[in-house]
Amino acid sequence: MEEYQTKPVSLPRLGEKAPDFDALTTHGKLKLDDFKGSWLVLFSHPADFTPVCTTEFIAFAEIYPNLQKRGVELLGLSVDSLSSHIAWARNVEEKTGVKIPFPIIADLSKEVSLAYGMVHPGQSKTETVRCVFIIDDKQIIRTILYYPLSTGRNMQEILRIVDALQTTDANGVATPANWNPGDKVIVPAPNTQEGAEERVKQPGYECVDWYLCKKQL
Amino acid sequence: MPCINPEGKPTETGKKVLQALRDNGLCSAEKVAETTGVALFRVRSGLRDMIEAELVEMVEDKYNITEKGIKLIE
Repeated sequence: MEEYQTKPVSLPRLGEKAPDFDALTTHGKLKLDDFKGSWLVLFSHPADFTPVCTTEFIAFAEIYPNLQKRGVELLGLSVDSLSSHIAWARNVEEKTGVKIPFPIIADLSKEVSLAYGMVHPGQSKTETVRCVFIIDDKQIIRTILYYPLSTGRNMQEILRIVDALQTTDANGVATPANWNPGDKVIVPAPNTQEGAEERVKQPGYECVDWYLCKKQL
Repeated sequence: MPCINPEGKPTETGKKVLQALRDNGLCSAEKVAETTGVALFRVRSGLRDMIEAELVEMVEDKYNITEKGIKLIE
């Protein structure tokens, strides 16, 4: 633990290129470059054959078709072996009928986990915490979520973030708190006094004031 | 390997990729993915493995099946 605390750890940050990897997975050797052109949700889980992770894997498998519709691929990771991942995926299918359709990285060397800052020694020195990296089609990190070991992730929130990011990219807008597809979006605030005066008179906008205006897409 | 099993033979996905290359000639990874319905990331990874196994060769930025590859799916 001391070793981790004293060593400066470089964590990926939003807006930066996602760290490259060349990893052994349940679908063969995969590189980050293999996902170029698609969005990617890269997520880590603490360990195979554990209860919270099993519920999450079933939930990830369930949202996978919805992610694919949005041009998003899924890639899991833990520091377990390839055999363990394969056995666990088979067990999940056998016991629940849910097939795990996406690849899982076997990061025994922790090369990928450390590059992505997925090991948090305050939570566990040996396992990865529940991280989610949403990486866009240009391989830029757009969202990072960290959940503790005891809390399973919210899949609807992951879908919502993907929708929000893709809506933002396509329309040059922002999304307000609790936004969901179909809701009004935020128009970027003007940055001149003249722009502010024009903004409040703009038809079709719902404005609280010049800096907070919404519109329907 | 997603496309070649430990015995060096193509898996079902591998066969699909090789057949697409045989039937369409020189192809991009994107075209192979579109033709086979296999996810692009898996096609890219599989093509890399099949180049190593000399079942596929790269011509500029496209892919071609080799004689060895054709024999394996006959």
